[in-house]
Amino acid sequence: MNSTYLRARVCGIAAATMLGIAACSGSSTPPVTPPAPIPPPPMATIEVTISNLTNAQPLSPVAVVAHTDGYNPFSVGQAATPGLEMLAEAGDNTAFLVEADASGSIRTSASGTGPIPPGASETISVVVFESLLSNTQISVMTMLVNTNDAISGINAVATGDMQVGDSISRRAIAYDAGTEANTETAVTIPGPAGNGEGFNAARDDRVDQVTMHGGVVSRDDGFASSDLREAHRFDNPVVQVTLTRTL
Amino acid sequence: MNRIFKVAFCIGTFLFASAASAADINVRIVNLTNGIWYTPFMVAAHTDDSRLFTTGMPASASIQAMAEGGTLAGLETDLTAIGATFVANPAGGLLPPAMETDTDLNTDGTDNVRLSVVAMLLPTNDAFMGLNAVTIPAEPGVYVFNVPAYDAGTEANDEILNAPAGGAPGVAGMPGDPGGLAGSGGSGAAGADANANVHIHRNTLGDTDGTGGTSDLDSRVHRWLNPVARVIVTVR
Repeated sequence: MNSTYLRARVCGIAAATMLGIAACSGSSTPPVTPPAPIPPPPMATIEVTISNLTNAQPLSPVAVVAHTDGYNPFSVGQAATPGLEMLAEAGDNTAFLVEADASGSIRTSASGTGPIPPGASETISVVVFESLLSNTQISVMTMLVNTNDAISGINAVATGDMQVGDSISRRAIAYDAGTEANTETAVTIPGPAGNGEGFNAARDDRVDQVTMHGGVVSRDDGFASSDLREAHRFDNPVVQVTLTRTL
Repeated sequence: MNRIFKVAFCIGTFLFASAASAADINVRIVNLTNGIWYTPFMVAAHTDDSRLFTTGMPASASIQAMAEGGTLAGLETDLTAIGATFVANPAGGLLPPAMETDTDLNTDGTDNVRLSVVAMLLPTNDAFMGLNAVTIPAEPGVYVFNVPAYDAGTEANDEILNAPAGGAPGVAGMPGDPGGLAGSGGSGAAGADANANVHIHRNTLGDTDGTGGTSDLDSRVHRWLNPVARVIVTVR
C-alpha cells in the first residue's frame, strides 16, 4: 500500500509540473491553481471486542494481531512459541507481540490496556488499509490467569469483504499451551488465585504441544494439592470475540 | 440415427446428473484432546435418511460395540447394507492426543450426501466422538466441524480399567489405556447411566489416587471439555 501511496504522490507532482510549464508558456498569466491535496488512502477500522464469559478467570491483557495468510498464533499438536509460552504462563503478551511483529505476515498489532475481569469486555481498534482488508486475518490471544497455562482467543479469522457495519462473532474455547504441568498450585498461578511466579522456561507438561484444555479440576473436586477452588472451573466457550467494521 | 443417438445421450446425461450426487472430498480428523486417544475411525458418507446414531434414542448394537470396545465390524456390515461410501480406520490404529489423520472419500454415482464420523474415546467406558450426518457441502471449499463427545448410554461409567475384556459389549470396565496414565484399584465412579439413550457425555470424573479412590482415571489427565475433535472437510 505504501508503494501505491507513493505512486499517487509522484503523479501529483508530475501534474503540478506540467501545470507550471503551461503557465509559463501562456501569453497571459492565469492564476496558479495549487494542486489538489492528495487524499490519504482509505482506511478500514475493525473494532475487536473481547468479552470474558467465565466465572472467575480474569483474562490477561489481550494481544490483537492483524496479519496475512501464513501466520498463526498456535496450531494444535505443535509446540507453543516462546512468546506464546510467556503469554500462556504469565499473562505477559510482550514477547508474543514481538514475535508477531517479526513474522513477516504482520499488518498491525495491539495490546489490551489491562486484565479483563469475568463479565467485563474491552474493545481494541485495529486500522488497516481498506484495500488490504480482503487479505487480512485477525488473531487474538489471552490467558485465563487462574490456571497454569490455559489460553483462549481466535486463530486467524479472515476479515474478508467486511463492509462498514458488518460484524463477525466467534465464541472461543480454551486451549492448553502444553508448556506447564497443570499442578494448580498457587506458586505456579500468576492470577489473583495464586499470585505465583507465572513464567518458567522449563516445559514440564506431559507433552510439549498445544491441545484443548481439559478444565480446572480444583481442590473442591478432589485434587488435594490444588489451590484453585470450584469457582475457578470453566467450560467452553470462555471468551467471545466480536469484530465490527466501524469505518 | 445420429440425431437419435444424440438425444439418447442427452437424456442419459440428464438422468445421471439428477439421480446421483458426486462429491470428491477429503476428511481430516484432529484429536483436540489433552489426554484421550481415539480407536479407529469410521468415516462414512450415506443417504439423507440414514443415521449411525440419534441422540435421545438407544444406540444400535454396532454403535455400542464401537463405543465400548472400538470395534468397527458391525458398522461396516450396516454401512455396506445401505450402500454407504465408507473408509474404516484411516489412521491405521489408535490416534493419540493432538494428532490427526485424513482420508479421501468419493461419492460419485451414489446418493450418499451426508457425512458421519465416529470413534471411541480411550480410556472411557462408552464415550465416542460423533459427527452426525452433516450435509456434504456442494460448493468446493474447506468446511470445519467441531465435534462433541457422546455417551452411548450402554455401559455404566465406572471408570475401572478392565483391559481388554471391558471392550466386549455389555462387559463392564474400560478396555484399555493407551496413554498409560490410568491407575488401578478404583471402587467405581458411577452406576448405570440415568440416560440410557445416546446423549452428550458428562465428562469423566477421575480422581488423583492412582491406586484407589473411586476411579482409575486421573482427573488431571483424562477429563475433557468439548469439542473433543475437529473434522475438516475439503470439497474438491
